[in-house]
Amino acid sequence: MNLDDTLIDPWPLEAEAVGERADLSGMGADTATARAGIAAQRPDLAGERVEPSRDAVPPVRTIVVDRVPTAVVPPQEREARRTLATEAGPERLSLRDVSIYYGEKRAVNSVSLNIHQGEVLALIGPSGCGKTSLLRTLNRLTELTPSAARAGEILLDGQDVHALQDTTLRSRVAMVFQQPNPFPMSIFDNVAFALREQSRKKPRRRELEPLVIDALRRAGLYEEVRDDLNRPALRLSGGQQQRLCIARAIAMRPEVLLMDEPCSALDPISTGVIEELIHELRRDLAVVIVTHNLAQARRVADKVAFMYLGDLIEYGTADQVFDEPRAVRTRDYVRGTFG
Amino acid sequence: MRTWRLRDQIILIAAWAAGLGLCAVTGAIVIYMGVKGFQYLRPELLVTHPKTSENGAVSGGFLDPLIGTAVLTAIGIALALPLGVCSAAWIVEYGQGGRVRQTLARVVESSIEIVAGTPDIVIAIFGLAVFEMGLFGPLSTASESGVVTGHSFFAAGATMSLIALPPLFAATREGLQAVPAHMREAAYALGKTRIATIRRVLLPSVRSNIATGVTLGISRIVGDTAIVIVVLGETLRNEPGRTVSIPIVGPILEFLTGQGSALTSYVYDNSPAGEGNAPEKAYAAAFVLLLFILALNGIVGLVSRAHTRSTGFEAGGGRL
Repeated sequence: MNLDDTLIDPWPLEAEAVGERADLSGMGADTATARAGIAAQRPDLAGERVEPSRDAVPPVRTIVVDRVPTAVVPPQEREARRTLATEAGPERLSLRDVSIYYGEKRAVNSVSLNIHQGEVLALIGPSGCGKTSLLRTLNRLTELTPSAARAGEILLDGQDVHALQDTTLRSRVAMVFQQPNPFPMSIFDNVAFALREQSRKKPRRRELEPLVIDALRRAGLYEEVRDDLNRPALRLSGGQQQRLCIARAIAMRPEVLLMDEPCSALDPISTGVIEELIHELRRDLAVVIVTHNLAQARRVADKVAFMYLGDLIEYGTADQVFDEPRAVRTRDYVRGTFG
Repeated sequence: MRTWRLRDQIILIAAWAAGLGLCAVTGAIVIYMGVKGFQYLRPELLVTHPKTSENGAVSGGFLDPLIGTAVLTAIGIALALPLGVCSAAWIVEYGQGGRVRQTLARVVESSIEIVAGTPDIVIAIFGLAVFEMGLFGPLSTASESGVVTGHSFFAAGATMSLIALPPLFAATREGLQAVPAHMREAAYALGKTRIATIRRVLLPSVRSNIATGVTLGISRIVGDTAIVIVVLGETLRNEPGRTVSIPIVGPILEFLTGQGSALTSYVYDNSPAGEGNAPEKAYAAAFVLLLFILALNGIVGLVSRAHTRSTGFEAGGGRL
């Protein structure tokens, strides 16, 4: 084969490339000359064990087939955990005809839902369907957007959330965001800040320590950070940061935990850890999770609400919504026809 | 192709030349002042009071102007720091939403910009006009006939805070604007009030920006001459003002209501342009001034690096 051609054409036909590789591994006399030529062009490849063909053929990806892929939690076990879910507890949040407007635009159109302790409710739907807006109304974070307005009633343990102080409400209905957002302080202070009365420094560290450790432990982070709670939180990995945010949110012992796509910025292993954590947490809390990831909704949710263009289309148990959807749009969405 | 390359090269050379030229000018100032300063700076100059004499050997040191500069800096920053930080926090955290607030925020911002652009001699005259008023009489020295002069450390320090305010405000504002919105939301979602969020999350995050602002403010105060001459009185020695017969606090108040001078006015007075005509002392004092500024820059660099290291967070902006 003509080596000059290979050098001119950087992407030769595959057969040619394979031939060339075989050729070069044979270390014929003319291939050695070719190596010298390539080495002259690419001095960084001039080392002894350089594959001369690297420049000439597209990179080859190798897939390891002789090893069994490893998973954090084997799928069977995960299924078992799911079925262990406790019975739904008392009703925590109750939404009655909730609509949300941004200026003239209606983002959420009279949604009614009940959220119980001991169960995970997943809000699913395509982008712009109002699921995040709905989630953020539950702790009145939408009020930070000047143009946002809300109609309808949201009851927390039978009490209208507007009758509560927003600060009280938010300590009872905690929230975890899409991006891990720890404060630029130490791990300890991140959790302690949540526990302290507004901007006061009291109570002191010694009094707070057991509470902070308890929150970190419940968020499954304590074992990893116990040696140095004074480390800056921003030095933690993304998954650890998100668990720190969960620890911070549950430190106040809230009744409801809102999660806005908590795993979308994380790697699969961290996602697995946090999904397990959600299972653990629902025993004491009502969890509402917004997710784009249908597989995740299926893994973590007991109840699923499907929203589309601001309307609540379907609400039911996870199995029901995913396996026997009643509405056509739900069926198309969970099957991936659109989204 | 060829012309493009040539032009590219010319611009590259010009950029390098501009950069190196600036370094050369800075280097020349530091080296010249360093050589002259080392030549004339003697430790006793730092601890002796200045005396009136044509003879340089007996005209004393510059202890008084040194203290004067330190006191002016302390008063100026003590007043400008809370004002600058609070106004920046107000602009960034409360100055949005609603047309009235936005207009008000813009008015505040542009007033601070106008103050920043006003020549210090104008600010000095304004300061004098304010402190000459009878209302502020007790804060400044009275002349022998009992007329309020408006000259005092307090009046000059307060006027100085005006020129230190704009850099402090700008550095803090930029830092706060660089704090991502999700950090605020995280605090609100924990049930924190706005004040708690500002005090415990936002301001600690921009500590290095505030430090930068403070340095810039100090540099402006330390380097200012007009206010020293017009509002401080530019006396040879620091003279006590109003007599206050309270133990401990009394002497401090007497000092603060008195007149005095600062290093800049001392340098001017002793330079060939001034009346003292002792250039060697001017060089020595100018060298001390320069060292002070260099040390300040070093300290702020250390502070912000330590801050970034301990929090892992950099708000950006506000760099010198």
